[in-house]
Amino acid sequence: MNNWPQMWAQFFRGLYRSLSVLGREIQGKRGRAVVIGVPLLTMGLLFVLPFVIILRISFSESELAQPPYSSLWQWLEGGYLTIKLNFSNYLLLWQDALYLGAYLNSIKVAALSTLFTLLIGYPLSYGIARSNKRWRLALLMLIILPFWTSFLIRIYAWIGLLNSTGVINNLLLYLGVIDQPLALIRTDFAVYLGIVYCYLPFMVLPLVANLMRLDDTLLEAAADLGCRPMAAFFKVTLPLSMPGIAAGCLLVFIPAVGEFVIPDLLGGPDSVMIGHTLWTEFFTNNDWPLAASVAVAMLAFIVLPTLAFEHIQDRRARST
Amino acid sequence: MIARRSWFITFAMLFGFAFLYVPILSLIVFSFNESKLVTVWGGFSLKWYAALWHNEPILHAARLSLLVGVVSASLATIVGTLGALALSRFGRFRGRTAFALMLSAPMVMPEVILGLSALLLFVTLKQLIGWPAERGLLTIMLAHVVLLTAYVTIVAQSRLTQMDESMEEAALDLGARPWKVFFVITLPQIAPALMAAWLLAFTISIDDLVIASFASGPGATTLPMVIYSKMRLGLTPEINALATIVVAVVATGIALAALLWRRDKTLD
Repeated sequence: MNNWPQMWAQFFRGLYRSLSVLGREIQGKRGRAVVIGVPLLTMGLLFVLPFVIILRISFSESELAQPPYSSLWQWLEGGYLTIKLNFSNYLLLWQDALYLGAYLNSIKVAALSTLFTLLIGYPLSYGIARSNKRWRLALLMLIILPFWTSFLIRIYAWIGLLNSTGVINNLLLYLGVIDQPLALIRTDFAVYLGIVYCYLPFMVLPLVANLMRLDDTLLEAAADLGCRPMAAFFKVTLPLSMPGIAAGCLLVFIPAVGEFVIPDLLGGPDSVMIGHTLWTEFFTNNDWPLAASVAVAMLAFIVLPTLAFEHIQDRRARST
Repeated sequence: MIARRSWFITFAMLFGFAFLYVPILSLIVFSFNESKLVTVWGGFSLKWYAALWHNEPILHAARLSLLVGVVSASLATIVGTLGALALSRFGRFRGRTAFALMLSAPMVMPEVILGLSALLLFVTLKQLIGWPAERGLLTIMLAHVVLLTAYVTIVAQSRLTQMDESMEEAALDLGARPWKVFFVITLPQIAPALMAAWLLAFTISIDDLVIASFASGPGATTLPMVIYSKMRLGLTPEINALATIVVAVVATGIALAALLWRRDKTLD
């Protein structure tokens, strides 16, 4: 028992041998089938199938049962199958100002915070991409570091700063700039701030990757031909970085639209976002069919159009 | 070009990094606060770390989160590597576009939708085949695998397409079987990237609140779920202490990953 390294070595040799025997068994066509099949089955079962289920449940009625929704089909006597589709959830979404308002508000908040993220992220990415190699890696690590700490903890940090007894208010009171604490938390401002803060790395990483590939000779050529740096930026750098901008905006906009945690902890009571509505319908009101139809509508009217738009942009960028 | 950075860019970078780090620094500073108030300084103390050490619910939840993170990140690394292999080495096969889309879509799906879909899947499965009898750790892990696989696939695929395929081709020409080529040639070369992908998947898993809340059942409360319920009740310096530990661990992890990456670059 005192010879652990050797035992481990033997263990791994044995494992490798049995794996290669197994591998020989499933070579060629069958090996290919395994490599494609495992991810296909995993994602098919755990990701694609649930969407069919969501769609199904969105057409059922809420019931006081376990699980709390009605069945869509029923076998009647004599072998008749009846299918009952219930559109009232979707009608409610369309008619009740609460839901429509939540959709529109989510789009507005997500779009504006994506814009703010771009405005802060672009110069930052530009600076990182243009710095020398040694610095670049360190700066990128500094961008990624907050992203790897907990999402909740980063929002928690902002609560500590923005609270009425928080650091910012205390500082301003101490300096005598204000004599009443400002209402910073539970406002739209706090939601924008939270989204920009949490999603900034998603904007910066694709932008840096894009800007790093920028060919310096193009800018030199522009300068030689008498173009001022500012004009060169708008005529050369910005158009060439469009794919990076599109990728960054997509990575910020879509999760922001469905965001639950940030509006829940930083947002005010009158600015409701759709991810929050879905959560409340599900956990508080226990109305699963309505939550499912909120999800279907979010997919159909926000996520899929955004992805399609991105796809078209991407194709156009590649063809030119 | 490099030296001539305008004052505007310098200012933007200073502002950007200050924006990213001031909240975290304030969090760390107040974790050493003597006072019970999170935002008023009352002297240096380590008592919140001691309180954290004796807080059994938080420690228990942290252990559960670590377990969920390790299992789901490992499963996702296997599935994602296979997916990346299929996407980068099998040429064009029927249904490739759909396959690629399926593997990357969870990344751009709002979390509430992923969570709801996982939960409704488990409920329906229970109705149809009686499994899973109860939601808990296993269902959280399965729900996480979906999201993490997407991230692992992206990382592994970009490494695989960057890699020089001539060694693999040479091994195949010399009669090595595809399986052996993968374990002897491909895997050692992509191992650092896979390790980075595993770490990324692990941190996403232990950080997740929304998907876990949907997929979880009674008794399985992960760390983010505990932190969230505490945050709703108000600020407590114990969370600051916890956050400081998380930041320290993550910073060490990032530094290690950077070292691995640099070693990998020099090997190339």
